[in-house]
Amino acid sequence: MANSQRYHREIGHRYRLEAQKFDSGYVTLARRYIDPTTGSKNYEDIRLSGEGTILSFTIIYIPAEAYSLEAPYPIAIIETDEGARLTVQVIDCDFKDVKIGARVKLVFRKIREEGHSGILNYGYKAILI
Amino acid sequence: MRDVAIIGIGMTKFGELWDQSIRDMFAEAGLKAIENAGIDKLDSMYVGAMSSGLYTEQEHIASVMADYIGQRGIPSARVESACASGSIAVRSAYMEVASGMGDIVLAGGVEKMWDADDGSMVLATAADQEFEAYVGVTFPGLYAMMATAYMDKYGLTREELAQVPIKNHRHGANNPKAQYPFEISLDTVLNASRVADPLRLMDCSPITDGAAAVILCPLERAHEFTDKPIKIRGLGAATGPIALHDHSDLTKIDAVKLAADRAYKMAGVTPDDIDFAEVHDCFSIAEVITAEELGFFGRGKAGKAIAEGQATYGGKIVINPSGGLKSKGHPVGATGVAQIIEAVEQLRGEAGKRQVENAKIGLTQNMGGSGGSSVVHILEAI
Repeated sequence: MANSQRYHREIGHRYRLEAQKFDSGYVTLARRYIDPTTGSKNYEDIRLSGEGTILSFTIIYIPAEAYSLEAPYPIAIIETDEGARLTVQVIDCDFKDVKIGARVKLVFRKIREEGHSGILNYGYKAILI
Repeated sequence: MRDVAIIGIGMTKFGELWDQSIRDMFAEAGLKAIENAGIDKLDSMYVGAMSSGLYTEQEHIASVMADYIGQRGIPSARVESACASGSIAVRSAYMEVASGMGDIVLAGGVEKMWDADDGSMVLATAADQEFEAYVGVTFPGLYAMMATAYMDKYGLTREELAQVPIKNHRHGANNPKAQYPFEISLDTVLNASRVADPLRLMDCSPITDGAAAVILCPLERAHEFTDKPIKIRGLGAATGPIALHDHSDLTKIDAVKLAADRAYKMAGVTPDDIDFAEVHDCFSIAEVITAEELGFFGRGKAGKAIAEGQATYGGKIVINPSGGLKSKGHPVGATGVAQIIEAVEQLRGEAGKRQVENAKIGLTQNMGGSGGSSVVHILEAI
């Protein structure tokens, strides 16, 4: 899994929160070619402000192996102020403050490492504001 | 299209089958189904498996399984739709028989989960790898977020949600094929180890080895093979977003409703006509939401209805008489086929202590991922 090209192509959304806004108003962080609801192919490229609101959340106690040192940790589904939906880890917080309706801001963080000598992976996480 | 019936069924016991490889399990289920149907030669077959490669490092299993059930030479294809792979295999076989392309077609499912070290990594491949798994969410974590949203919106309590696995274990205690055929208490559920809040271990279906197979043929020929053919009266399949966050409402699973609406329309029945249902309770909250999508209970009402005994014997509808995925076990690719086998046993009147009285029409609902796919079958005794 040491091939860097598979990460290179993810840099836009992972590091810079590059998203798309379709003319229907639909906003997506995952690159799409067609709005799944309206069928529109017309969009503009935007950057997410990074601020949003928690729609739901959980505390992960049993993680996948790559995240085992971090458990337990909160995960939330958020909607950014532009309307993009994403799933994020919520960090630097008291778990009891992670709740539906809480405001968050996306920050740049290390996500994981691929074994002892593998590539370090970065991306977005969220802090409470 | 021709009408299609099920004339044979076969499955392994579900559990930790250390002595059986993936091909041993499939051979046992497939050969039992062939014997149960009283046939010797298939026209073709379909094998549902989510991830034989990651679990056992064996791909190309459609060919392996045809060979090991004595059918070398026939066409065989593997189909995959994560946890709904088994029922997609049945749908594929249905289409072949209905179209007239084949007469005697086997649909099977199999998963060998206990051979893998990190099974949670395999299951996470059914979620969105880049936008869910990468950020650290697990499969239970996705359903946990559905539970959080549902409990917040509808006021379902943790104690009420616990009644789903308690009921399913009560049903499964009478299933000799079940992985965990015993009852569990409220205390056991509420104090089980935390997996992903608010879900605990007893809300989660287990890691299971197992295989299941059914034989389909044209309805007009079914009486050549059996006195009790079971007609597939309706079926529907649907897709949904791969990522949970793309669901417009986190308390709904649209693919289940889409698949159900198609199956009800084809069968010409309504939810009130269904005597029992096998639904995809991979997590406790999944049974609650799917029971609503299938139309058995109103929005926000299924959790409390199940807790009040409306989904067991003597209630409105018996849901998961087999014990469901929680008690019977969830060998991913085999689950959809095993649900159909439970429905066939119920409709044949062969379900023993689990028998639903006067069962005439049964429904099965199988689901992939966090709602990325769903398949519904409606079966009828004729």
